[in-house]
Amino acid sequence: MTRLGDIVEKVRSKNAGPFWMTVDIFCGTPAAFARVSGLPIARVAALFQTDHVQIRRFDIDDLNVVKFSFPRPQVQGSIHDRDMHGAAFGALLAELDLDA
Amino acid sequence: MVKVLIPSGALGLGYDKAALDRGIAAGPDIIAIDGGSTDSGPSYLGRGVSKYSRASTRVEWQGLIEARARAGVPLVLGTAGTCGADSAVDWLVGITREIAETTGQRLKIAVLKSGQAPEVVTAALRAGRITPLAPAPEIDEALIHSCTNIVALAGAEQIAAALATGADIVIAGRTTDTAIIAARPLIDGCNPGGAWHGAKIGECGAICTTNPASGVIQVDFDAEGFTIQPMSDKARATPHTVSAHMLYENSDPFILYEPGGHLDVTGSTYAALDNRSVRVTGSKWVPSERYTVKLEGARKAGYQTIALALVRDPRYVAAVQDWCDDIHRRTTEKVLARLAVSPEDFSIELRQIGRNATLGPLETNETPPTEIGVLGIVTARTEAMAEEIGKMLNPYLLHHSLQEEEEMPTFAFPFSPAEIQRGEIYEFCLNHVMQLDDPMEAFRLEVIEVGP
Repeated sequence: MTRLGDIVEKVRSKNAGPFWMTVDIFCGTPAAFARVSGLPIARVAALFQTDHVQIRRFDIDDLNVVKFSFPRPQVQGSIHDRDMHGAAFGALLAELDLDA
Repeated sequence: MVKVLIPSGALGLGYDKAALDRGIAAGPDIIAIDGGSTDSGPSYLGRGVSKYSRASTRVEWQGLIEARARAGVPLVLGTAGTCGADSAVDWLVGITREIAETTGQRLKIAVLKSGQAPEVVTAALRAGRITPLAPAPEIDEALIHSCTNIVALAGAEQIAAALATGADIVIAGRTTDTAIIAARPLIDGCNPGGAWHGAKIGECGAICTTNPASGVIQVDFDAEGFTIQPMSDKARATPHTVSAHMLYENSDPFILYEPGGHLDVTGSTYAALDNRSVRVTGSKWVPSERYTVKLEGARKAGYQTIALALVRDPRYVAAVQDWCDDIHRRTTEKVLARLAVSPEDFSIELRQIGRNATLGPLETNETPPTEIGVLGIVTARTEAMAEEIGKMLNPYLLHHSLQEEEEMPTFAFPFSPAEIQRGEIYEFCLNHVMQLDDPMEAFRLEVIEVGP
């Protein structure tokens, strides 16, 4: 089992305004970037339980960064929102098993 | 060239005084600082208040006003009081008056207000001048009237108008984070792509450096681009830290929409000038056909009462989902039987802290916890109803047993009273832009003098 968080420098998630969430994966090395870049969007969609067409993906090789942005499952601060700043969504990706 | 000194990512977060002094000694043309964002949630806009301590705000603001006097240049603050509502602007103006009086300074202040009367917004809606962004909630005139505050995000044009008054200090309501930084270089004819890009990189202060907490940075704008350098000797800007900042809180790291157009950084190049400053060129500004400003609105969403119970018994920890489901069902039945309410008047939620309270149904980690905090959240139409329902929840959280035939268990309550009234809560309800013929038509600019 290779967890994504074990091969990259940092996974960070944050609101991008009250209606969007964005997750930045700082891969650190071209090798880790290549591995994370190969992650199918369907797996990311399943993880966030969202439609894959809603996810915007950016593979930025000169930064070794992979970024995913998608509409928040709950609008920030609405009564069923659990994470005001979108701080914890990155943990789901960090714990994702890349070998699965 | 235009030198913009940015003391911190937001007033209230603090800044390094030595680094600020270094920035002042470098002779800035303007000092710009942000005062807020939507990031702390809808309550601040809903109530029109600041999230930061008044005393901290006053101390930090006084430090900047004094630095401004030494530099002899304007000080510009955007999104006053976290949310930029008119009441939050008035709050900061009040603090500024106190500072002017106690420090014996006479100050000319340009006050820019961004609050939108519901009538203006409904008229714009009827005229087809309001466009939803994706994803946008459905809106109608009733929803617009239900907002306790609506603000429009001012851009560089409105800040430029405020600066043109010759004021010592500009206190603005809601603005884009970038507008307060981009305005001066744009007035002076610097490269517009560089102006907006440098503003975006600088808007969070030293977050674009190796030492985010150091706060103070300087951005130099010119005809081709911009150069960024931290003022703290403990911070460095590198091509990586600077370009990576375009990722931060942005859904698209290459395109940034602003009133009147958008910034495109796909062709930008980032070069290290030395080991602590970075030069950026090649950024493009693309003007739009229509001039639009983004709207933010918050409205009341009921009242909340919360309660926390701590479950430590291993048998109950293992069966906590069943325990919560059972409590939810029984409390709901009791509420409907004993209070004159219907199911749509209230909601009860039991979040399991230690298991999945943060991510809910998205959680994938099933590591067994030692203990679980069960956070009961009651939301109801009135405060009295929320409190009553919270009190009906209380005995279950304290004593509910998994089986009828067992000794009555007791769970740990950290507080007395167990229920905590959260008061009125709010929700964001606008993700729209409003078209303007004249950038100033939705904003109000007033010049006042304060101090002896």
